[in-house]
Amino acid sequence: MTAKRFGPVSLIKHAILWAAVAMIVFPPYVLVLNAFKSKEEFSQTSVFKLPDSFLNFDNFVSVMTRAHLDRAYRNTVIIIAVAVIGNVALGTMVAYILGRFDFKLKKAVMGAYIAVSFVPTITTQVATFTVVHNLHLYNTLWASIVLHLGTNVLQIFIYLQFLSNIPKELDEAAMMEGASLFRIYRTIIFPLLAPATATIVIIKTIDIYNDMFIPYLYMPAQKLTVVSTSLMNFSSERSTEWELMSAAILMIMVPIVALYLFFQKYVFAGIVNGAVK
Amino acid sequence: MVGNMSYGLQKRILIILFLLVPIALLATFALYPAAYLVYLSFMTWDGFSPEKTWAGLANYKEVFESKEVWAAFGHNFVYLGWGLLQNALGLAFALLLNSRLKGRNAYRVMLFMPYIMNGVAVAYMFNYVFNSEYGSFNTLLRGMGLDSLAISWFGSPKAVNHVLGFITLWKFMGLNMVIYLAALQSVPSEIEEAARIDGASRFQAILHVVLPNITKVIELNLFLTIIGTLEIFDLPFILTGGGPLGASDTFLTKTVATAFKFNNFGMASAMSVTLIAAVVVVLSVQRLVTRRWSN
Repeated sequence: MTAKRFGPVSLIKHAILWAAVAMIVFPPYVLVLNAFKSKEEFSQTSVFKLPDSFLNFDNFVSVMTRAHLDRAYRNTVIIIAVAVIGNVALGTMVAYILGRFDFKLKKAVMGAYIAVSFVPTITTQVATFTVVHNLHLYNTLWASIVLHLGTNVLQIFIYLQFLSNIPKELDEAAMMEGASLFRIYRTIIFPLLAPATATIVIIKTIDIYNDMFIPYLYMPAQKLTVVSTSLMNFSSERSTEWELMSAAILMIMVPIVALYLFFQKYVFAGIVNGAVK
Repeated sequence: MVGNMSYGLQKRILIILFLLVPIALLATFALYPAAYLVYLSFMTWDGFSPEKTWAGLANYKEVFESKEVWAAFGHNFVYLGWGLLQNALGLAFALLLNSRLKGRNAYRVMLFMPYIMNGVAVAYMFNYVFNSEYGSFNTLLRGMGLDSLAISWFGSPKAVNHVLGFITLWKFMGLNMVIYLAALQSVPSEIEEAARIDGASRFQAILHVVLPNITKVIELNLFLTIIGTLEIFDLPFILTGGGPLGASDTFLTKTVATAFKFNNFGMASAMSVTLIAAVVVVLSVQRLVTRRWSN
Protein backbone atom coordinates (compact mmCIF):
# COMPACT_ATOMS: atom_id res chain seq x y z
CA MET A 1 0.00 0.00 0.00
CA THR A 2 1.87 3.09 1.21
CA ALA A 3 5.16 1.27 1.72
CA LYS A 4 7.34 1.87 -1.30
CA ARG A 5 8.78 -1.08 -3.11
CA PHE A 6 12.29 -0.52 -1.80
CA GLY A 7 11.46 1.68 1.18
CA PRO A 8 13.01 1.04 4.59
CA VAL A 9 9.88 -0.78 5.82
CA SER A 10 9.99 -3.35 3.08
CA LEU A 11 13.74 -3.75 3.56
CA ILE A 12 13.17 -4.60 7.23
CA LYS A 13 10.45 -7.05 6.24
CA HIS A 14 12.76 -8.78 3.79
CA ALA A 15 15.51 -8.92 6.41
CA ILE A 16 13.20 -10.58 8.96
CA LEU A 17 11.91 -13.07 6.40
CA TRP A 18 15.43 -13.89 5.23
CA ALA A 19 16.44 -14.55 8.84
CA ALA A 20 13.50 -16.95 9.20
CA VAL A 21 14.34 -18.69 5.92
CA ALA A 22 17.94 -19.03 7.13
CA MET A 23 16.70 -20.76 10.29
CA ILE A 24 14.72 -23.21 8.15
CA VAL A 25 17.53 -23.87 5.70
CA PHE A 26 20.42 -24.07 8.17
CA PRO A 27 19.97 -27.70 9.38
CA PRO A 28 19.46 -29.22 5.90
CA TYR A 29 22.30 -27.04 4.55
CA VAL A 30 24.73 -28.57 7.06
CA LEU A 31 23.54 -32.02 5.99
CA VAL A 32 24.24 -31.18 2.34
CA LEU A 33 27.77 -29.98 3.20
CA ASN A 34 28.63 -33.18 5.05
CA ALA A 35 26.88 -35.77 2.92
CA PHE A 36 29.49 -35.18 0.21
CA LYS A 37 32.52 -35.62 2.49
CA SER A 38 34.59 -38.77 2.82
CA LYS A 39 35.11 -40.28 6.26
CA GLU A 40 38.56 -38.74 6.63
CA GLU A 41 37.49 -35.42 5.23
CA PHE A 42 34.62 -35.29 7.72
CA SER A 43 36.78 -36.06 10.75
CA GLN A 44 39.42 -33.53 9.78
CA THR A 45 37.31 -30.51 8.82
CA SER A 46 34.69 -28.30 10.44
CA VAL A 47 31.06 -29.24 9.81
CA PHE A 48 30.67 -25.85 8.12
CA LYS A 49 33.43 -26.34 5.60
CA LEU A 50 32.46 -27.00 2.00
CA PRO A 51 33.23 -30.53 0.81
CA ASP A 52 36.16 -31.04 -1.56
CA SER A 53 33.75 -32.00 -4.27
CA PHE A 54 30.00 -31.97 -4.67
CA LEU A 55 30.43 -34.81 -7.13
CA ASN A 56 31.48 -37.31 -4.48
CA PHE A 57 28.36 -39.50 -4.37
CA ASP A 58 30.06 -42.38 -2.50
CA ASN A 59 28.00 -41.89 0.66
CA PHE A 60 24.73 -41.91 -1.27
CA VAL A 61 25.68 -45.08 -3.14
CA SER A 62 26.85 -46.73 0.06
CA VAL A 63 23.65 -45.79 1.95
CA MET A 64 21.47 -47.06 -0.87
CA THR A 65 22.80 -50.59 -0.46
CA ARG A 66 23.62 -50.65 3.27
CA ALA A 67 20.30 -49.17 4.44
CA HIS A 68 18.42 -51.09 1.71
CA LEU A 69 16.83 -47.86 0.58
CA ASP A 70 15.86 -49.35 -2.78
CA ARG A 71 13.62 -51.81 -0.95
CA ALA A 72 12.33 -49.09 1.37
CA TYR A 73 11.38 -46.85 -1.58
CA ARG A 74 9.70 -49.76 -3.33
CA ASN A 75 7.64 -50.76 -0.27
CA THR A 76 6.66 -47.15 0.35
CA VAL A 77 5.59 -46.65 -3.26
CA ILE A 78 3.52 -49.85 -3.25
CA ILE A 79 1.73 -48.82 -0.06
CA ILE A 80 1.10 -45.31 -1.37
CA ALA A 81 -0.15 -46.51 -4.77
CA VAL A 82 -2.63 -49.06 -3.42
CA ALA A 83 -3.79 -47.01 -0.43
CA VAL A 84 -4.21 -43.74 -2.37
CA ILE A 85 -6.14 -45.31 -5.26
CA GLY A 86 -8.42 -47.14 -2.87
CA ASN A 87 -8.77 -44.11 -0.68
CA VAL A 88 -9.83 -41.85 -3.58
CA ALA A 89 -12.35 -44.44 -4.80
CA LEU A 90 -13.87 -44.82 -1.33
CA GLY A 91 -13.74 -41.10 -0.55
CA THR A 92 -15.58 -40.08 -3.74
CA MET A 93 -18.15 -42.83 -3.19
CA VAL A 94 -18.92 -41.75 0.37
CA ALA A 95 -19.05 -38.09 -0.68
CA TYR A 96 -21.41 -38.88 -3.59
CA ILE A 97 -23.80 -40.75 -1.30
CA LEU A 98 -23.68 -38.13 1.49
CA GLY A 99 -23.83 -35.18 -0.90
CA ARG A 100 -26.58 -36.29 -3.26
CA PHE A 101 -28.97 -38.58 -1.35
CA ASP A 102 -31.10 -38.41 1.76
CA PHE A 103 -31.50 -41.51 3.86
CA LYS A 104 -32.20 -42.48 7.44
CA LEU A 105 -28.70 -43.12 8.72
CA LYS A 106 -27.02 -40.22 6.91
CA LYS A 107 -26.49 -38.18 10.07
CA ALA A 108 -25.18 -41.26 11.92
CA VAL A 109 -22.60 -41.96 9.20
CA MET A 110 -21.38 -38.36 9.19
CA GLY A 111 -21.40 -38.32 12.98
CA ALA A 112 -19.27 -41.47 13.16
CA TYR A 113 -16.62 -39.94 10.89
CA ILE A 114 -16.58 -36.73 12.94
CA ALA A 115 -16.42 -38.60 16.26
CA VAL A 116 -13.52 -40.73 15.08
CA SER A 117 -11.57 -37.63 14.00
CA PHE A 118 -11.38 -36.55 17.66
CA VAL A 119 -9.48 -39.69 18.61
CA PRO A 120 -5.71 -39.37 18.10
CA THR A 121 -4.49 -42.32 16.00
CA ILE A 122 -1.61 -43.32 18.24
CA THR A 123 -3.81 -43.69 21.32
CA THR A 124 -5.99 -46.42 19.81
CA GLN A 125 -3.07 -48.49 18.49
CA VAL A 126 -3.04 -50.36 21.80
CA ALA A 127 -6.41 -51.80 20.76
CA THR A 128 -5.89 -51.72 16.96
CA PHE A 129 -2.82 -53.89 17.48
CA THR A 130 -5.06 -56.81 18.50
CA VAL A 131 -7.36 -56.26 15.51
CA VAL A 132 -4.44 -56.24 13.05
CA HIS A 133 -3.09 -59.42 14.65
CA ASN A 134 -6.41 -61.24 14.50
CA LEU A 135 -6.88 -60.32 10.83
CA HIS A 136 -3.43 -61.82 10.12
CA LEU A 137 -2.21 -58.52 8.71
CA TYR A 138 0.73 -58.29 11.13
CA ASN A 139 4.05 -58.17 9.26
CA THR A 140 2.48 -57.70 5.85
CA LEU A 141 2.36 -54.56 3.70
CA TRP A 142 -1.42 -54.82 4.00
CA ALA A 143 -1.26 -53.58 7.59
CA SER A 144 -0.15 -50.15 6.42
CA ILE A 145 -2.35 -50.20 3.29
CA VAL A 146 -5.53 -51.09 5.14
CA LEU A 147 -4.92 -48.56 7.93
CA HIS A 148 -4.48 -45.76 5.36
CA LEU A 149 -7.28 -46.89 3.07
CA GLY A 150 -10.30 -45.61 4.94
CA THR A 151 -11.63 -42.14 4.22
CA ASN A 152 -11.73 -39.47 6.91
CA VAL A 153 -13.69 -36.41 7.83
CA LEU A 154 -11.25 -33.96 6.24
CA GLN A 155 -11.38 -35.76 2.90
CA ILE A 156 -15.18 -36.00 3.02
CA PHE A 157 -15.46 -32.27 3.75
CA ILE A 158 -13.19 -31.35 0.84
CA TYR A 159 -15.15 -33.59 -1.53
CA LEU A 160 -18.56 -32.41 -0.28
CA GLN A 161 -17.53 -28.82 -0.82
CA PHE A 162 -16.57 -29.51 -4.44
CA LEU A 163 -19.65 -31.67 -4.93
CA SER A 164 -21.96 -28.84 -3.86
CA ASN A 165 -20.53 -26.80 -6.74
CA ILE A 166 -21.45 -29.45 -9.32
CA PRO A 167 -24.97 -28.46 -10.43
CA LYS A 168 -27.63 -31.08 -9.70
CA GLU A 169 -29.07 -30.30 -13.14
CA LEU A 170 -26.21 -32.33 -14.63
CA ASP A 171 -27.37 -35.40 -12.69
CA GLU A 172 -30.97 -34.73 -13.71
CA ALA A 173 -30.14 -34.31 -17.37
CA ALA A 174 -28.30 -37.63 -17.33
CA MET A 175 -31.25 -39.27 -15.60
CA MET A 176 -33.58 -37.95 -18.33
CA GLU A 177 -31.44 -39.85 -20.79
CA GLY A 178 -31.78 -42.99 -18.70
CA ALA A 179 -28.29 -43.12 -17.21
CA SER A 180 -27.97 -45.29 -14.09
CA LEU A 181 -26.88 -43.67 -10.83
CA PHE A 182 -23.63 -45.60 -10.95
CA ARG A 183 -23.01 -44.25 -14.46
CA ILE A 184 -23.67 -40.72 -13.19
CA TYR A 185 -21.09 -41.24 -10.44
CA ARG A 186 -18.55 -42.67 -12.87
CA THR A 187 -18.97 -40.32 -15.84
CA ILE A 188 -20.05 -37.03 -14.21
CA ILE A 189 -19.28 -36.84 -10.49
CA PHE A 190 -15.92 -38.60 -10.35
CA PRO A 191 -14.32 -36.66 -13.25
CA LEU A 192 -15.65 -33.31 -12.01
CA LEU A 193 -14.18 -33.96 -8.55
CA ALA A 194 -10.70 -34.17 -10.14
CA PRO A 195 -9.34 -30.91 -8.64
CA ALA A 196 -10.27 -32.08 -5.14
CA THR A 197 -8.83 -35.50 -5.91
CA ALA A 198 -5.52 -33.92 -6.93
CA THR A 199 -5.31 -32.17 -3.56
CA ILE A 200 -6.21 -35.34 -1.67
CA VAL A 201 -3.73 -37.50 -3.61
CA ILE A 202 -0.88 -35.11 -2.76
CA ILE A 203 -1.82 -34.71 0.92
CA LYS A 204 -2.36 -38.44 1.37
CA THR A 205 0.94 -39.28 -0.37
CA ILE A 206 2.81 -36.95 2.00
CA ASP A 207 0.97 -38.45 4.99
CA ILE A 208 1.81 -42.05 4.12
CA TYR A 209 5.41 -41.28 3.11
CA ASN A 210 6.00 -39.55 6.44
CA ASP A 211 4.18 -42.12 8.56
CA MET A 212 6.47 -43.76 11.08
CA PHE A 213 4.41 -45.40 13.80
CA ILE A 214 2.23 -47.75 11.75
CA PRO A 215 5.12 -49.39 9.85
CA TYR A 216 7.23 -49.39 13.03
CA LEU A 217 4.54 -51.20 14.99
CA TYR A 218 3.02 -53.53 12.41
CA MET A 219 5.81 -54.25 9.92
CA PRO A 220 9.00 -54.94 11.89
CA ALA A 221 10.27 -57.52 9.34
CA GLN A 222 13.46 -56.42 7.55
CA LYS A 223 12.01 -56.95 4.09
CA LEU A 224 9.00 -54.72 4.89
CA THR A 225 10.82 -51.55 5.92
CA VAL A 226 9.55 -48.27 4.49
CA VAL A 227 11.50 -45.00 4.25
CA SER A 228 10.92 -43.94 7.88
CA THR A 229 11.70 -47.30 9.45
CA SER A 230 14.72 -47.96 7.23
CA LEU A 231 16.20 -44.67 8.45
CA MET A 232 15.52 -45.68 12.06
CA ASN A 233 17.22 -49.05 11.52
CA PHE A 234 20.17 -47.46 9.77
CA SER A 235 20.59 -44.93 12.57
CA SER A 236 20.63 -47.60 15.27
CA GLU A 237 23.57 -49.23 13.44
CA ARG A 238 25.54 -46.23 12.26
CA SER A 239 24.53 -43.12 14.14
CA THR A 240 28.19 -42.23 14.67
CA GLU A 241 29.03 -42.13 10.96
CA TRP A 242 27.74 -38.65 10.29
CA GLU A 243 28.66 -38.37 6.66
CA LEU A 244 26.67 -41.54 5.92
CA MET A 245 23.73 -40.52 8.11
CA SER A 246 23.66 -37.06 6.46
CA ALA A 247 23.33 -38.73 3.07
CA ALA A 248 20.67 -41.13 4.38
CA ILE A 249 18.59 -38.33 5.93
CA LEU A 250 18.74 -36.31 2.69
CA MET A 251 17.69 -39.32 0.63
CA ILE A 252 14.58 -39.73 2.81
CA MET A 253 13.85 -36.00 2.96
CA VAL A 254 14.35 -34.86 -0.62
CA PRO A 255 11.69 -36.82 -2.55
CA ILE A 256 8.78 -35.41 -0.57
CA VAL A 257 10.24 -31.89 -0.58
CA ALA A 258 10.51 -32.11 -4.38
CA LEU A 259 6.91 -33.31 -4.60
CA TYR A 260 5.84 -30.40 -2.40
CA LEU A 261 7.71 -27.79 -4.44
CA PHE A 262 6.15 -29.19 -7.60
CA PHE A 263 2.58 -29.40 -6.31
CA GLN A 264 2.54 -26.65 -3.65
CA LYS A 265 -0.75 -25.25 -4.93
CA TYR A 266 -2.56 -28.49 -4.06
CA VAL A 267 -0.81 -28.84 -0.70
CA PHE A 268 -1.90 -25.37 0.40
CA ALA A 269 -5.45 -25.95 -0.88
CA GLY A 270 -5.68 -29.11 1.24
CA ILE A 271 -4.20 -27.56 4.38
CA VAL A 272 -6.38 -24.45 4.23
CA ASN A 273 -9.55 -26.40 3.46
CA GLY A 274 -8.88 -28.82 6.25
CA ALA A 275 -8.19 -26.21 8.88
CA VAL A 276 -10.87 -23.68 8.14
CA LYS A 277 -13.73 -26.22 8.01
CA MET B 1 -30.53 -54.43 -16.37
CA VAL B 2 -29.63 -51.44 -14.23
CA GLY B 3 -31.31 -49.14 -16.70
CA ASN B 4 -34.63 -50.83 -16.08
CA MET B 5 -34.47 -50.42 -12.33
CA SER B 6 -36.41 -47.57 -10.81
CA TYR B 7 -34.24 -44.79 -9.41
CA GLY B 8 -35.66 -45.48 -5.95
CA LEU B 9 -34.37 -49.04 -6.01
CA GLN B 10 -31.07 -48.00 -7.60
CA LYS B 11 -30.59 -45.40 -4.90
CA ARG B 12 -31.05 -47.98 -2.13
CA ILE B 13 -28.65 -50.45 -3.72
CA LEU B 14 -26.05 -47.76 -4.41
CA ILE B 15 -26.17 -46.40 -0.85
CA ILE B 16 -25.52 -49.89 0.53
CA LEU B 17 -22.86 -50.79 -2.05
CA PHE B 18 -20.95 -47.52 -1.81
CA LEU B 19 -20.98 -47.32 1.98
CA LEU B 20 -20.30 -51.00 2.66
CA VAL B 21 -16.49 -50.98 2.44
CA PRO B 22 -15.90 -47.50 3.94
CA ILE B 23 -18.15 -48.25 6.90
CA ALA B 24 -16.59 -51.68 7.37
CA LEU B 25 -13.12 -50.07 7.47
CA LEU B 26 -14.31 -47.36 9.84
CA ALA B 27 -15.90 -49.93 12.14
CA THR B 28 -12.95 -52.35 12.10
CA PHE B 29 -10.06 -49.92 12.45
CA ALA B 30 -11.56 -46.96 14.29
CA LEU B 31 -14.88 -47.56 16.06
CA TYR B 32 -14.18 -51.08 17.33
CA PRO B 33 -10.64 -50.27 18.58
CA ALA B 34 -12.01 -47.22 20.39
CA ALA B 35 -14.65 -49.33 22.14
CA TYR B 36 -12.17 -52.16 22.75
CA LEU B 37 -9.79 -49.61 24.26
CA VAL B 38 -12.40 -48.61 26.84
CA TYR B 39 -13.03 -52.30 27.63
CA LEU B 40 -9.29 -53.01 27.98
CA SER B 41 -8.89 -50.09 30.33
CA PHE B 42 -10.94 -52.03 32.91
CA MET B 43 -8.90 -55.20 32.47
CA THR B 44 -5.53 -56.57 33.53
CA TRP B 45 -3.86 -57.91 30.39
CA ASP B 46 -0.31 -58.41 29.12
CA GLY B 47 -1.21 -58.12 25.43
CA PHE B 48 -0.81 -61.74 24.36
CA SER B 49 -2.03 -64.26 26.95
CA PRO B 50 -5.61 -65.47 26.43
CA GLU B 51 -6.46 -64.52 30.01
CA LYS B 52 -7.83 -61.07 30.79
CA THR B 53 -8.99 -60.39 34.31
CA TRP B 54 -11.39 -57.71 35.49
CA ALA B 55 -9.56 -54.87 37.18
CA GLY B 56 -12.32 -52.36 37.70
CA LEU B 57 -10.97 -48.85 38.13
CA ALA B 58 -7.56 -50.09 39.28
CA ASN B 59 -5.85 -49.07 36.01
CA TYR B 60 -7.22 -45.53 36.20
CA LYS B 61 -6.22 -45.35 39.85
CA GLU B 62 -2.71 -46.42 38.86
CA VAL B 63 -2.57 -43.77 36.11
CA PHE B 64 -3.65 -40.93 38.36
CA GLU B 65 -1.45 -41.99 41.27
CA SER B 66 1.69 -42.58 39.19
CA LYS B 67 4.29 -39.89 39.75
CA GLU B 68 6.01 -40.86 36.50
CA VAL B 69 2.83 -40.30 34.48
CA TRP B 70 2.29 -36.88 36.05
CA ALA B 71 5.93 -35.97 35.44
CA ALA B 72 5.61 -37.01 31.80
CA PHE B 73 2.39 -35.01 31.49
CA GLY B 74 4.21 -32.03 32.98
CA HIS B 75 6.71 -32.18 30.11
CA ASN B 76 3.85 -31.63 27.66
CA PHE B 77 3.45 -28.16 29.17
CA VAL B 78 6.97 -27.22 28.06
CA TYR B 79 5.81 -27.96 24.50
CA LEU B 80 2.71 -25.85 25.14
CA GLY B 81 4.94 -22.88 25.97
CA TRP B 82 6.84 -23.33 22.71
CA GLY B 83 3.51 -23.89 20.94
CA LEU B 84 2.23 -20.48 22.07
CA LEU B 85 5.41 -18.83 20.78
CA GLN B 86 4.96 -20.80 17.56
CA ASN B 87 1.46 -19.33 17.20
CA ALA B 88 2.66 -15.79 17.83
CA LEU B 89 5.40 -16.20 15.21
CA GLY B 90 2.96 -17.82 12.78
CA LEU B 91 0.64 -14.84 13.10
CA ALA B 92 3.50 -12.34 12.81
CA PHE B 93 4.82 -13.92 9.62
CA ALA B 94 1.32 -14.20 8.20
CA LEU B 95 0.87 -10.45 8.76
CA LEU B 96 4.22 -9.78 7.08
CA LEU B 97 3.30 -11.90 4.08
CA ASN B 98 -0.18 -10.40 3.84
CA SER B 99 1.30 -7.09 2.79
CA ARG B 100 2.44 -6.24 -0.69
CA LEU B 101 5.87 -7.75 -0.85
CA LYS B 102 8.09 -9.05 -3.59
CA GLY B 103 8.52 -12.82 -3.52
CA ARG B 104 5.91 -13.46 -0.86
CA ASN B 105 4.89 -16.79 -2.32
CA ALA B 106 8.51 -17.97 -2.27
CA TYR B 107 8.75 -17.00 1.41
CA ARG B 108 5.51 -18.83 2.15
CA VAL B 109 6.75 -21.97 0.38
CA MET B 110 10.04 -21.90 2.30
CA LEU B 111 8.57 -21.25 5.75
CA PHE B 112 5.95 -23.98 5.34
CA MET B 113 8.43 -26.57 4.05
CA PRO B 114 9.41 -28.15 7.41
CA TYR B 115 5.79 -29.19 7.94
CA ILE B 116 5.85 -31.60 4.99
CA MET B 117 9.28 -33.06 5.78
CA ASN B 118 9.59 -36.64 7.02
CA GLY B 119 9.44 -36.53 10.83
CA VAL B 120 12.06 -39.25 11.30
CA ALA B 121 14.48 -37.45 8.96
CA VAL B 122 13.87 -34.14 10.78
CA ALA B 123 14.50 -35.79 14.14
CA TYR B 124 17.86 -37.26 13.08
CA MET B 125 18.79 -34.02 11.33
CA PHE B 126 18.41 -32.13 14.62
CA ASN B 127 20.31 -34.87 16.40
CA TYR B 128 23.30 -33.55 14.46
CA VAL B 129 22.42 -29.92 15.07
CA PHE B 130 22.32 -30.38 18.85
CA ASN B 131 25.00 -33.05 19.31
CA SER B 132 27.21 -31.88 22.17
CA GLU B 133 30.61 -32.45 20.55
CA TYR B 134 30.31 -32.09 16.80
CA GLY B 135 26.82 -30.59 16.49
CA SER B 136 26.54 -27.56 14.23
CA PHE B 137 24.86 -25.49 16.96
CA ASN B 138 27.63 -26.04 19.51
CA THR B 139 30.25 -25.51 16.81
CA LEU B 140 28.58 -22.20 16.10
CA LEU B 141 28.51 -21.28 19.81
CA ARG B 142 32.19 -22.15 20.25
CA GLY B 143 33.02 -20.17 17.14
CA MET B 144 31.46 -17.13 18.83
CA GLY B 145 33.44 -17.79 22.01
CA LEU B 146 30.40 -18.92 23.96
CA ASP B 147 31.92 -22.24 25.04
CA SER B 148 30.09 -22.31 28.36
CA LEU B 149 26.74 -22.37 26.54
CA ALA B 150 27.71 -25.36 24.43
CA ILE B 151 26.17 -27.99 26.70
CA SER B 152 24.93 -31.51 26.02
CA TRP B 153 21.44 -30.55 24.84
CA PHE B 154 19.87 -33.99 24.85
CA GLY B 155 21.75 -35.07 27.97
CA SER B 156 20.54 -32.28 30.21
CA PRO B 157 17.20 -33.05 31.91
CA LYS B 158 16.48 -29.33 32.10
CA ALA B 159 17.27 -28.47 28.49
CA VAL B 160 16.05 -31.56 26.67
CA ASN B 161 12.32 -30.71 26.56
CA HIS B 162 13.07 -27.15 25.46
CA VAL B 163 15.25 -28.42 22.63
CA LEU B 164 12.47 -30.78 21.54
CA GLY B 165 9.95 -27.94 21.93
CA PHE B 166 12.10 -25.75 19.71
CA ILE B 167 12.28 -28.46 17.03
CA THR B 168 8.49 -28.74 17.18
CA LEU B 169 8.25 -24.99 16.64
CA TRP B 170 10.66 -25.25 13.71
CA LYS B 171 8.48 -27.92 12.10
CA PHE B 172 4.99 -26.58 12.78
CA MET B 173 5.26 -22.77 12.69
CA GLY B 174 4.58 -22.79 8.95
CA LEU B 175 1.30 -24.62 9.44
CA ASN B 176 0.00 -21.92 11.80
CA MET B 177 1.30 -19.26 9.41
CA VAL B 178 -0.48 -20.71 6.37
CA ILE B 179 -3.78 -20.98 8.25
CA TYR B 180 -3.47 -17.38 9.56
CA LEU B 181 -2.52 -16.17 6.10
CA ALA B 182 -5.61 -17.76 4.54
CA ALA B 183 -7.76 -16.07 7.17
CA LEU B 184 -6.09 -12.69 6.66
CA GLN B 185 -6.58 -12.90 2.91
CA SER B 186 -10.30 -13.35 3.43
CA VAL B 187 -10.48 -10.05 5.32
CA PRO B 188 -11.40 -7.44 2.69
CA SER B 189 -8.51 -4.99 2.28
CA GLU B 190 -11.00 -2.08 2.14
CA ILE B 191 -11.54 -2.43 5.90
CA GLU B 192 -7.89 -1.77 6.64
CA GLU B 193 -7.65 0.95 4.03
CA ALA B 194 -10.67 2.74 5.50
CA ALA B 195 -9.04 2.70 8.94
CA ARG B 196 -5.83 4.06 7.42
CA ILE B 197 -7.71 6.90 5.74
CA ASP B 198 -9.26 7.71 9.11
CA GLY B 199 -5.72 8.28 10.38
CA ALA B 200 -4.89 4.95 12.02
CA SER B 201 -1.30 3.73 11.79
CA ARG B 202 -0.61 0.40 10.16
CA PHE B 203 -0.10 -1.14 13.61
CA GLN B 204 -3.35 0.33 14.98
CA ALA B 205 -5.27 -0.80 11.92
CA ILE B 206 -4.01 -4.36 12.37
CA LEU B 207 -4.70 -4.41 16.11
CA HIS B 208 -8.17 -2.88 16.06
CA VAL B 209 -9.54 -3.73 12.64
CA VAL B 210 -7.81 -6.77 11.10
CA LEU B 211 -7.22 -9.03 14.12
CA PRO B 212 -10.81 -8.79 15.48
CA ASN B 213 -11.90 -10.15 12.10
CA ILE B 214 -9.91 -13.34 12.51
CA THR B 215 -10.48 -14.14 16.21
CA LYS B 216 -12.11 -17.43 15.27
CA VAL B 217 -9.04 -18.57 13.37
CA ILE B 218 -6.74 -17.45 16.18
CA GLU B 219 -8.81 -19.61 18.54
CA LEU B 220 -8.76 -22.49 16.10
CA ASN B 221 -4.97 -22.32 15.85
CA LEU B 222 -4.60 -22.13 19.63
CA PHE B 223 -6.79 -25.17 20.16
CA LEU B 224 -4.95 -27.07 17.42
CA THR B 225 -1.75 -26.22 19.28
CA ILE B 226 -3.10 -27.36 22.65
CA ILE B 227 -4.26 -30.67 21.20
CA GLY B 228 -0.98 -31.03 19.30
CA THR B 229 1.02 -30.59 22.53
CA LEU B 230 -1.13 -33.18 24.32
CA GLU B 231 -0.24 -35.61 21.53
CA ILE B 232 3.53 -35.01 21.31
CA PHE B 233 5.12 -38.35 20.49
CA ASP B 234 7.44 -38.74 17.47
CA LEU B 235 10.33 -36.48 18.46
CA PRO B 236 11.05 -37.79 21.97
CA PHE B 237 10.26 -41.35 20.81
CA ILE B 238 12.90 -41.19 18.05
CA LEU B 239 15.48 -38.82 19.51
CA THR B 240 15.71 -39.51 23.23
CA GLY B 241 13.49 -42.51 23.91
CA GLY B 242 12.19 -40.47 26.85
CA GLY B 243 15.65 -40.10 28.36
CA PRO B 244 17.76 -39.14 30.15
CA LEU B 245 16.02 -41.10 32.93
CA GLY B 246 12.52 -40.21 31.78
CA ALA B 247 13.28 -36.47 31.64
CA SER B 248 11.80 -36.15 28.14
CA ASP B 249 8.93 -38.63 28.44
CA THR B 250 5.58 -37.27 27.33
CA PHE B 251 2.16 -38.65 28.12
CA LEU B 252 2.06 -40.57 24.83
CA THR B 253 5.61 -41.97 24.86
CA LYS B 254 4.80 -43.20 28.37
CA THR B 255 1.55 -44.76 27.10
CA VAL B 256 3.27 -46.55 24.22
CA ALA B 257 6.07 -47.80 26.49
CA THR B 258 3.53 -49.04 29.05
CA ALA B 259 1.84 -51.12 26.36
CA PHE B 260 4.57 -52.33 24.05
CA LYS B 261 7.59 -52.32 26.36
CA PHE B 262 6.12 -53.26 29.74
CA ASN B 263 3.18 -55.26 28.30
CA ASN B 264 0.71 -53.55 30.62
CA PHE B 265 -2.10 -53.11 28.10
CA GLY B 266 -4.70 -52.42 30.75
CA MET B 267 -2.93 -49.39 32.16
CA ALA B 268 -1.89 -48.19 28.68
CA SER B 269 -5.55 -48.33 27.61
CA ALA B 270 -6.56 -46.35 30.67
CA MET B 271 -3.92 -43.74 29.76
CA SER B 272 -5.20 -43.58 26.17
CA VAL B 273 -8.80 -43.16 27.29
CA THR B 274 -7.70 -40.41 29.67
CA LEU B 275 -5.91 -38.59 26.84
CA ILE B 276 -8.90 -38.91 24.49
CA ALA B 277 -11.11 -37.55 27.29
CA ALA B 278 -8.73 -34.59 27.64
CA VAL B 279 -8.88 -33.90 23.89
CA VAL B 280 -12.69 -34.03 23.95
CA VAL B 281 -12.77 -31.61 26.91
CA VAL B 282 -10.48 -29.17 25.06
CA LEU B 283 -12.64 -29.41 21.92
CA SER B 284 -15.84 -28.86 23.92
CA VAL B 285 -14.36 -25.77 25.48
CA GLN B 286 -13.49 -24.56 21.99
CA ARG B 287 -17.08 -25.13 20.83
CA LEU B 288 -18.38 -23.15 23.81
CA VAL B 289 -15.96 -20.29 23.23
CA THR B 290 -16.72 -20.19 19.49
CA ARG B 291 -20.45 -20.13 20.18
CA ARG B 292 -19.98 -17.21 22.55
CA TRP B 293 -18.29 -15.28 19.73
CA SER B 294 -20.94 -16.00 17.15
CA ASN B 295 -23.74 -14.84 19.49
